[in-house]
Order: sequence, then C-alpha cells, then structure tokens
Amino acid sequence: MATATLNATDAHTHEHEHEHHELGFVQKYIFSEDHKTIAKQYLISGIIWAFFGGAMSIIFRLQLGFPDMDLTWLKPVLGQWIVDGKLEKEFYLALVTMHGTIMVFFVLTAGLSGTFSNFLIPLQIGARDMASGFINMLSYWFFFLASIIMFASLFTETGPASGGWVIYPPLSALPQAMPGSGLGMTLWLTSMTFFIVSQLMGGINYICTVINLRTRGMSFTKLPLTIWAFFFTAILGLLSFPVLLSAALLLIFDRSFGTSFYLSEIYIGGEALPNVGGSAILYQHLFWFLGHPEVYIVLLPALGITSEIIATNSRKPIFGYRAMIGSMMGITMLAFIVWAHHMFVTGMNPFLGSVFMFLTLIIAVPSAVKAFNYITTLWKGNIIFTPAMLFSIGLVSLFISGGLTGIILGNAALDINLHDTYFVVAHFHLVMGAASFFGLMAGVYHWFPKMFGKMMNKNMGYAHFWATFIGVYCVFFPMHYVGLAGFPRRYYSFTALGNGRMEAFIDMNMFISIAAILTFTAQVIFVINFVYSIFKGKTAPQNPWNSTTLEWTTPVEPVHGNWPGEIPAVYRWAYDYSKPGSAVDFIPQNVPYSATPESNLPEENDEIAHEKDIEDLLDIQNSSYSH
Amino acid sequence: MTQEHLANIKLGEPEETLSMNPKKFMLWLAIVSITMMFAGWTSGYLVRKAEGRWHEFEMPQIFWYSTIILFVSSISMIFAVRAAKKNKFNTLKTAISITFVFGLVFLITQVIGFSDLIENQLYFAGSDVAASWIYVLVGLHGLHVFSGLVVLLVSLVSSFKFTAESKNLTRIQLCATYWHFLDILWLYLFFFLYFNR
Repeated sequence: MATATLNATDAHTHEHEHEHHELGFVQKYIFSEDHKTIAKQYLISGIIWAFFGGAMSIIFRLQLGFPDMDLTWLKPVLGQWIVDGKLEKEFYLALVTMHGTIMVFFVLTAGLSGTFSNFLIPLQIGARDMASGFINMLSYWFFFLASIIMFASLFTETGPASGGWVIYPPLSALPQAMPGSGLGMTLWLTSMTFFIVSQLMGGINYICTVINLRTRGMSFTKLPLTIWAFFFTAILGLLSFPVLLSAALLLIFDRSFGTSFYLSEIYIGGEALPNVGGSAILYQHLFWFLGHPEVYIVLLPALGITSEIIATNSRKPIFGYRAMIGSMMGITMLAFIVWAHHMFVTGMNPFLGSVFMFLTLIIAVPSAVKAFNYITTLWKGNIIFTPAMLFSIGLVSLFISGGLTGIILGNAALDINLHDTYFVVAHFHLVMGAASFFGLMAGVYHWFPKMFGKMMNKNMGYAHFWATFIGVYCVFFPMHYVGLAGFPRRYYSFTALGNGRMEAFIDMNMFISIAAILTFTAQVIFVINFVYSIFKGKTAPQNPWNSTTLEWTTPVEPVHGNWPGEIPAVYRWAYDYSKPGSAVDFIPQNVPYSATPESNLPEENDEIAHEKDIEDLLDIQNSSYSH
Repeated sequence: MTQEHLANIKLGEPEETLSMNPKKFMLWLAIVSITMMFAGWTSGYLVRKAEGRWHEFEMPQIFWYSTIILFVSSISMIFAVRAAKKNKFNTLKTAISITFVFGLVFLITQVIGFSDLIENQLYFAGSDVAASWIYVLVGLHGLHVFSGLVVLLVSLVSSFKFTAESKNLTRIQLCATYWHFLDILWLYLFFFLYFNR
C-alpha cells in the first residue's frame, strides 16, 4: 500500500520510478542513483582508504620511533622498498606524501562530506533524492576512478608522488628531481583531476538540493545545523577546488609541455635547466587558495554533525543556533582570505604578512563562538553518553586544544620559528585531522541505525572511543615538544642532527610511535563492530536517539524516495528538546504548533495561523519533482 | 496564488526556489566554478607579472575580430531562445545555425591568432612566460567554447527535428546561458590581456 502511494504521487514525475523494485544488483548497489546507496559507497571507500592511510603512518612512525629496527619482516608487503632491513629513504617521503593526500582528500573530504552530505541532505531537508541522481552517481564513480589511479601509483617502480601532499614545484615539476616525481607524480595529478571533478559534481548537487528541494515549511532558519555545515562546505569546495585545478593544470604544462610557469634558474646535477622566468611561489599562492579552505571543507561537516549529536544527546536545544550559522558563515568567508599564513617564510612582504596574520587571528572569534556554544549546550543537560556523543565531545576537546596552537602559529613572528616543525604537525593533526575523524566516527555511530537499519554494539563503541581518544592525545601532544625543540617534519632520520642534542627526544619519538600503533590497532574494534552490526546487529527502532529531525520519520530502512507517502511538512526548528510544558522531552520538526499548545511560546502561537499555508504548498512541492 | 505568495513572504519561504529548474541552477553553479578557475589563472598572471622580467608584446590583431564574431554569435543565440519560446521553428533554425557557425569561426580565428603568435616567435613552451600565459588563457577558453559547440550541436540537431517539447526549450535555454557565459568570459579575458600586457 505504502509503495502504491509513492508511485501515485510520483508516477508522472520519475518516469523510471516504477521500475525501481525490479532493479538488478548492478543498478541497486553499484551504479546506483540513490543518495543513500551513494553515501554508503563513499563511507566504505573512505574506511578502506583510512586503513591504507593509517597503515602508512604506522610504517613511517616505525622508522621515526625505532630507527635501528630491522624491518625485514615488512618485505613481503613493501618488497624492494626495504633494503637491508631498512626503509628506503625515498619511500619514506612517498609514505608521508601519500598519507597526507589520502587522509586529507580521500578520507576526510570524500569519506566525510561525501558520506554525510549525500546521506543527510535529502533526508533532513525532506527531499526524495538529490537534485540530480545521475550527476551524484557520476560524482562517486569519478572519485572511484581517482581512487584507482592513486592506488595504482603505489605500485609503480619509481614509487608514488613523494614531494609532500602540497606537491610544491620545482620538486614536483621536474620528473628528474626525485624518483617519485616521475610516473608517480603524473598519476597523482591525473587522480586529483578526477577527484576535483568528482567534488565539483558533488558540491553542485549539494548546493542545488539544499536550495531547491527543501520540504514545505523548511525555511533556511529551520534547517538543522548539519545541513548548514554541508551547505557551507559545498560552497567552499565549489569556489576553491577549481583554483587547485588551475594550479595543477599549469603544473602539468610545466612537467609535460616545457613551459616555465613555476620554474626558474634551476640546476640539476650541475646542469642548468633551460627554464627561466617562472615563479615557484605562484604555485604556493594558487595551491593554498584551495589548501586553506580545504581545512574547513574537512572540518565543517564534522562540526555540523557534532552540533546535531550534542544537542540530541544533551536533550537541550542547541545554544545559539543563529550564532552557530553566523560563525560557520564567518569561517567560510575568512577561509578564502588567510591562505598566505602557510607562506610566511616564502620571503613575502612583512606588511602583507601582518595583514594575513591579522585575518588569520580573526578566525579565532567564530571558532571560539562554536566552542562556547558546544559547551553551553552541554551545560546542565541530561547528557546521554552514547558512543556518538563521546566522539562529539572528543571533537570539541580536540578542536580547542588544537585550535589554541593555531593562534600561536598564526603569528608571523612565531611561525618563522615553528614553520614545518612537528609543532605544525601536532597542531593540524589535532584540530583538523583528529577532530574531523572524530566527527566522522560520531556520524557513523549516530546514523548507523538509519543507514543499515541495525544498531552498533555500544560497549565496543565505548572501548573504541576511549582507546582512540587517549591514543590521539598520546600521539600528538608530545609532538608539540618535539616541534618546539626544532625537529622539522618530513625528515627521514634525526640521528645526524644537532650534535646529539636530538637524542634527548628518542624516548619521546618511541612513545609517540607506540601510541600510534596502539591507536591504529584500536580501530580494528570499530571495523569489527561496523561489519558485524551490518549483518548481525540488533534491529534498530525507528528513532533510536529520540531525535527531532526528519530522517527519523522515514521507515527504519528508508525506501527509494525516502518517504513511502507524502513528504512530511516542517513547522518548527530542529532543536525542541526538553521544551518546558511539553510532556515528552523532544518534539519532532513535523509536529505542528497547533498540536502542542501546552509548550508553545507566545510567538509560536502566532505561527499556528500560517500552518495551513505550509500545507497548501504541497502541490507546488509535488510539481517540483516533475522536472 | 497571491494568497500563497503572501503567505510565503510572511514565512520567509522563497516560493520560486521550489519550482526552479534544478538543471538551470546547476548550470549556474558550474559557471561559478569555471569562473573561479579563470579567476585563478588571471590572478596568477597578475602575480607573475608583478614580479617583473615580463615580456610586453602586442596581442594578435585577429583577436579583435574573434571578439566581434563571438559577440555576434551570442546575439543570434538570444534570437534563437526568443524564437524557441514562440515556437517559430524557422527563425530558431536560422539563429541557432548562425550561432553554431560563428562559434566555429571563432575557434578558427583563435587558431589563426596562435599561428600569428608563433610567427612572431612567441611560443607556448620555453622561457617566455608572458607568451605561455596567453596560450593558456586563450587555449583553455577555446576548450570551453569547444564544449559549448558540442552542446550547441545537440540543440541544433533537435531543433531541426521539429520537436516542440518543453524539454527542448529548457535545453536551448541552458545552452544559451552557457554560450553567453563563454562570450562574457572571452570579453573579460580579451580586455584583461589588452590592459595587462
């Protein structure tokens, strides 16, 4: 009966809708246009990539923590990259580069925003699917293609790209500069081109869906903060990824067509190269114009997810809903005008440096607003410590402790000293890497019941959280000291540095490495829980966390088109938790004010008069699916 | 309808977004991303130029003609859309053909412009970065014009098939938006290069 209603409302609109139930395996699970399936594809790809990215960091942590260790046992995996029981120096650089690339782009961009933007936007705004399911499908498969190419580059004879994830020229522009600058770099650029195309197609879809396909009554000020976060993330991507494409294209011309955009007066092996007139700094400007917004592309979805989970599990309305939107908007705008703080040591004009320093420090304001709002939401709440809630609180902790060092690094005078040391590594791993990873995990634990219709094991979730939370601090907190002592990042070995002074940190490096190995191993708990729960988990109730948002009004396992009947209308914001006067401690967004006279505020009683107008929009909404 | 409209204003509910064609909206977003790409290149050009050691030279004369040609093709596209709205198929066919042919001629003039540059020993590869930049800006715009021609060809073929569906009109409108954008983009690049030699 339910399906019949869906087809009746949509029959003239989705011409192929009625065929859905006869879709074969390929269309249902592989080349699917359903946003929920695409989200799961992104999630599982992201988890697989995270495993590879994490494993790489373990290998180079072995080198850093135990430089004298015999690594012959890794030979079955790494083959010729292990020479005489030691990690090949060039391959160490390749590992660092690929760890950065994989984690930033393939895990925390595609895996995080790809998963949750796809999954939550249509479900939380009340849409049947994305604006264009086809482009959405293409977006995933371009990402898949990019993944295949990046993965293949690991198996080339000269190794994958090795010039750092930022691929600065001339190292990346000259194939003869280092082994990884050859085929590995070409594959890196090819892969990233497809990746950018994938992200643009995804971003265009997210923006278009949020603006055009909201259900009746869902005004922008009633959107859950998750959707606001995904919306700003998509805008950031749409404006910054094309500039990375511009930079990469010029790099491709320099590498393969003999131009000199980034190359000037270079000697290799005593021989002068013919290239004159280029500017390597130009690449840095173009790269960081993406690179800095990319930080927020990674972080904002995690912050949005956290807002939602903290409000739900504190059983309190989010503190400062509009301030949260305003601060995200502020971060989005500031993200585009602070890029040169990555370049304080490039010899830029000190006046320009102070302008960028000033703008950078302003970011502390919206970030602090967000941190305060999380804490004040938690304040005196009836907190329910689900694994998702723990990961969200963990995110707030990491966001603050990593953000504080951002204020230090944002100062040009201090940054000159700390640039490219482990202090920077500690800073961005806490504030962007670990914080976003915690957001990803929180999201998986929270929306797993909606994704797979099953519950994850709670106790394994707790074990996973505590191991990861303690582990992450053990890994990255000591790095601040290592960095203050002057250890540069990306170095293969420190044995020859500083007349033995560096030996003082051997123990600390060893500690970091052991903590990293334990933290990485602890992720196995998550993978087992995840896979086991998909198949054998307890069946989830319809609204396991007593949440107000629309996705929990769908059936336990949403059908194609998300709601079997009409899409529910929205009458109130997403944060009516523990409302005074109300008998229940949460009122879903689709409950009209006329049904809750006991808890309405005076201005909400005025809204009752407009409820009929919202209902009247049903025809317009149905006709919007007829395009 | 007016009541609904008023209600929407009161609720701050943008009614027209609910009925806006998502494809048109997506095209605009795609245009934004292409704009950002060229913004990246032109600002890179300025940054590089500010560093000095810059070779100043005259743009090929033929770029003036190509500018006019693309402008004309854009105007005939306006007529094509108007004709499509009024179901005047003959005007539509003529106008869209003019646009297509002029678009093709534009690409040819750009190639001639490149050969003029080569005659003056200004090459894409090598150490004259100022020349390389012209090839990049003009060439990548040309690549987009090529993609525009492909889309135009689809509309051209369908308009010759006398099919008067609304889907067709949408396609022509999408095509026109993209084509006008490419025209404006070229005007921007042309005057950018003219004033920032």
